Amino acid sequence: MRKLLEQTGSTPTIKHESQEVGKSTQHESAQRQVCGSARYVDDMPEPANTKYAAIGISRATCGTISAINLEKVKASLGVIDVITAKDVPGHVDIAPVFDGDPVLADGEIKFSGQAVFAVLADSMINARRAALLGDIQLIETTPILDVDTALSHSSFVRPTHDMIAGNAGQALAAAENRISGQLSVGGQEHVYLEGQVSLAIPEEEDRMHIYTSSQHPSEVQKLVAEVLDVKLNRVVVDMRRMGGGFGGKETQAAQWACIAALLARRNNCAVKIRLPRQLDMIATGKRHPFENDYEVGFDDKGRIQCAKITVNGNCGHSADLSDAIVDRAMFHADNAYFLGESHIQGHRLKTNIVSHTAYRGFGGPQGMIMAEAIMDAIARKTGQDPLTTRLNNLYDNAERNTTPYGMKVENNILPDILEKLSQSSEYWQRREAITTFNQENPILKKGLALTPVKFGISFTAKHLNQAGALVHVYTDGSIQANHGGTEMGQGLHTKIAQITANEFGVSIDDVEVTSTRTDKVPNTSPTAASSGTDLNGKAVQNACIKIKQALAEFYASQCKAEPTEVVFTNNKVCLGEHSIPFVELVQQAYMNRVSLSANGFYKTPKIHYDRNTGKGRPFFYFAYGASVSEVTIDTLSGEYAVNRVDILHDVGASINPAIDKGQIEGGFIQGMGWLTSEDLRWNEKGHLTSNNLATYKIPAIGDTPEIFNVDLYDRPNAEDSIYHSKAVGEPPFMLAISVWCAIKDAISSLSDYQIDPQLDTPATPERVLQAVTTITQGTSND
Amino acid sequence: MIEFLLNNEHVSIEHARADLTVLNYLREHRKMHGTKEGCASGDCGACTVVVAEPKPDNTLTYYSLNSCVTFLSAIHGKQLITVEHLGTTKNMHPVQQAMVDKHGSQCGFCTPGFIMSMFALYHQTETNRTLERHEINTALSGNLCRCTGYKPIINAAMEACGQIPNDQFTAQTSATVKRLQAIRAKSSGGTEKLLLPNTRQALQQAIQANPQAKLVAGSTDLALEHTQQLKPLDTLISLSHLPSLSRIEVTDDKLIIGSACSLSRVQGSLIEYFPSLNEIIERFASLPIRNQATLGGNIANASPIGDMPPVLLALNATVVVDNGKAYRAIAIDEFFTGYRQTKLAPDEWIDSIQIPLPTLSQMVKVYKVSKRFEDDISAVCAAFSICLDSKGCVLELSTGFGGVAATPVQCSHLKEALVGKLWANKQVLDETKSILENAFTPIDDVRASAQYRTTVVANLWHRFWLETNHATQAIETRVINHA
Repeated sequence: MRKLLEQTGSTPTIKHESQEVGKSTQHESAQRQVCGSARYVDDMPEPANTKYAAIGISRATCGTISAINLEKVKASLGVIDVITAKDVPGHVDIAPVFDGDPVLADGEIKFSGQAVFAVLADSMINARRAALLGDIQLIETTPILDVDTALSHSSFVRPTHDMIAGNAGQALAAAENRISGQLSVGGQEHVYLEGQVSLAIPEEEDRMHIYTSSQHPSEVQKLVAEVLDVKLNRVVVDMRRMGGGFGGKETQAAQWACIAALLARRNNCAVKIRLPRQLDMIATGKRHPFENDYEVGFDDKGRIQCAKITVNGNCGHSADLSDAIVDRAMFHADNAYFLGESHIQGHRLKTNIVSHTAYRGFGGPQGMIMAEAIMDAIARKTGQDPLTTRLNNLYDNAERNTTPYGMKVENNILPDILEKLSQSSEYWQRREAITTFNQENPILKKGLALTPVKFGISFTAKHLNQAGALVHVYTDGSIQANHGGTEMGQGLHTKIAQITANEFGVSIDDVEVTSTRTDKVPNTSPTAASSGTDLNGKAVQNACIKIKQALAEFYASQCKAEPTEVVFTNNKVCLGEHSIPFVELVQQAYMNRVSLSANGFYKTPKIHYDRNTGKGRPFFYFAYGASVSEVTIDTLSGEYAVNRVDILHDVGASINPAIDKGQIEGGFIQGMGWLTSEDLRWNEKGHLTSNNLATYKIPAIGDTPEIFNVDLYDRPNAEDSIYHSKAVGEPPFMLAISVWCAIKDAISSLSDYQIDPQLDTPATPERVLQAVTTITQGTSND
Repeated sequence: MIEFLLNNEHVSIEHARADLTVLNYLREHRKMHGTKEGCASGDCGACTVVVAEPKPDNTLTYYSLNSCVTFLSAIHGKQLITVEHLGTTKNMHPVQQAMVDKHGSQCGFCTPGFIMSMFALYHQTETNRTLERHEINTALSGNLCRCTGYKPIINAAMEACGQIPNDQFTAQTSATVKRLQAIRAKSSGGTEKLLLPNTRQALQQAIQANPQAKLVAGSTDLALEHTQQLKPLDTLISLSHLPSLSRIEVTDDKLIIGSACSLSRVQGSLIEYFPSLNEIIERFASLPIRNQATLGGNIANASPIGDMPPVLLALNATVVVDNGKAYRAIAIDEFFTGYRQTKLAPDEWIDSIQIPLPTLSQMVKVYKVSKRFEDDISAVCAAFSICLDSKGCVLELSTGFGGVAATPVQCSHLKEALVGKLWANKQVLDETKSILENAFTPIDDVRASAQYRTTVVANLWHRFWLETNHATQAIETRVINHA
């Protein structure tokens, strides 16, 4: 009997019949979302005594605080309380991994926009107005604002890390051909449509209930407990849904919850804090900008023999998650290509700007773009079509299959994906048409590029690869599923409901996935790293199997048969010739005192990585995909349009094709924004100048290509993931690199494809025109 | 009194702060949380609501607004429709059903705004047909979605819109019109702090009695002082209720546009005479902003990067200002006196903008360059108007530029160098291009560098030359074709 509990889904002995899995079920909240009745934190009914908080920030960029005068703040209309770091009873530092993130500035100002004090007032606008009146005196010091300065000052948030395979230096010296280059890779603001928000409700004595918009409720719980100096069991965090997260609410939602909790405790009232958009953009971290360079050696066929790639992440003033983010940039600097003897080096630069944080892809995009830059550079040098160069360099399933960090690339389906996509997109025919077009058009130039994605799935911090769940069956046959993952729009709860319904063989209408609560499932990991369904789906399945086991044993004893033959299907439970409606069995089980509730647990197998050697198998598996983009650029203005995109992406056996396609399309467009119009700007003082949605432009509806073909590559995951599906949150983001390569291809046409243009990202019209001018003036960067 | 229909409920407001936005009224005063705040600056569309207004033929016209930058003055005498009123989860409106069916919502925070923009589009359709992608882009140009990449939303709009509307709102049209006309029949509206004068004299008196009060028309810019800078606006005088300021007239030789006409209304009249202006108007902010923002407001703000002033400069428009006693006409090239400064006296308002009707040989093109096509502020805007004689020599040239100086400006040197020259001559282009390269000293800012602005101004002139010589050149010049 016991062995049944260890089954984890691939071949369960207690069977379910696939009814809900694999269907394009609508998002579980879709109807409420379109009717305006889906509640976000700011929409929740407020307790009668709710007050409102705002933060006062430093306008100066860096230095030691000499005085904080808050008299005007205190005297401002409606103000109830004002706090600074010295009013925090517990920990001031709320950093997620390594120290350095005070909840309110603690003696030092590290960046312009840092929260120094918090105000509580009787209305949101009174709190925000009062927050403008603080007088913060500083002994200013010279800020470090860019990667080069930080490198020259050896200003790091974490030590440099290396991944070494063979001897790249020697191999480069001996290489047949060598090429080098550098690339400035821009950051990205998350622009979750719902800004940061928390509501803290004090309960009896020192207990606290928190509603937050966070990808990591367990961390919010821990940090709130620590700033309040209470035990974790006194704090409950409840998170129903986010209006978008994208990584921006992984660590950086906690500060606002902590501030709300601090004020709520001191004043014994409910406290809401919601950052206005501009402050949200100024005070929270973004995707890391990188300054990267490479040198590669390759043979006459354009095949890489050796490579040295250095990635330099601008981490901002503190470590936050930057260690793992720069690691992931390093893990993906090869993308889909075998580098031979290689040396990947990653620096984590400390600068006086906001502390950069997780963002969809988690450093992966900033590393992966280097591999694609290298492919383009080799293609121009050898005179090959860039697709030929890419095909020549793909990891294969024989010799050339080991990454710089020593992980074998198994079950590599990219050669097949590229073959199928180049055919379905008519890459080679369109290449010819584009060549003709470019010959005939003096002003407009078209470009085409096909780029692959190979993205490693698992948190690289091994301990995070675990999940818990709690499943209840009620006596009317309805089921509640709770798990540690958070819903930010990605459809996690929908997939969890499908999995639960599938396990019990019931309709999805009988399953309710509840808000994520730290009192239902403890010690959870953030919903990040594309892991939501992989981890929580398995944990929920594990809980379902436990309940099914109990029901099966009970039913088998009734039928005087073996429980191993029980099948849950079609709202019934069947055993040989016996069959009973699910709800009836549940009611009988209840009357016979059988537990109808279980928790579930899952930990990802096979993974390990040794940072001392830079070797291991950090990823459970890889998710693959490829895209072809066609663009037209205007050589007079640098403006461009993405005319057509074709995507073939690997999600394993899809649990919900509509949701998976939604992730692919949305990820692609978000990635395209990162590489094109989303232009983060800091001025020479370190102030963010692109600090609102009028100056920071994410893709709008007209940016979606007129032709946008998205297909799923239909093959189950070879690893034992939940129903052999694959993670889908982040990998498609990097499909958008094909847009950047296509723009470069169009510019390169001006040199008859002899020159690989320097095109830093984001490739704004201004940058494109600059590259056009450079290439037509006959100078090139290489 | 401010009176309107909130969905089906008649609402009368006697006392409210003048700077209370429609969004805050809904969310804070009424606890109606379906309408979301994403930016409070009219840039994201999460707060989109729809306003229905009676037309002369006793039907209703529906248009979208950004409620975050709208004051209550804008909805007096109108029906304010919010997402809560469209349908329920058990009985959804066709646009809601289509969004569910096409998987158009992910995080859902932008969704109510999209639903409302689609609802307005649904009610603008007059025949059963398949909508063009372009029409959907325009209707949803003010709504940002960070999750979906828009494809399923486009599919939902295709599915739900483009049919003759048939919903609870069409069924109630005549009743709604009657209720709104009853409100409008009352002599005057407004509150002590939010004045809605409906005659010249009343406006003059309102200004006299409240010298500190700001004039407000579309409020899409003024509201930002409140929502972004947190400044109180204690008293406001609305220009939206004077019929004369909302007039559009055509005389023998000019088009007269009342200053309080929304840009959406201006668009219809203007492109009748200058079809090529459709592109710049469609790129003027987003549809909900154009539904609200006025031509007069765009001029009175005197922003160096306003999109209409360069157009009006190139068209040699005249600004007619009024103080309630006398009108005075100011040529547009004299109107702007400095950074955000104009010739408007403190007791004056803009009455109308007069635009000379086009001549047969006049060719007009306006180009805007920005990082994004929809709803972005220009790095550079360039407007050119040229008249050629029968031999192809230049008779007249006028220009207007935004984003290159402290005010919108012309380039008179260009005209001097060009008149009498053969336009098709490439050498003429090369000579005049260098004039433009040296004409301005723009600044570096978050939108573009000075160098880029300088280069692009000259290159847009090149584009103009190519496009107005297209009979001989036949060269494609645009990455996006404008319908």
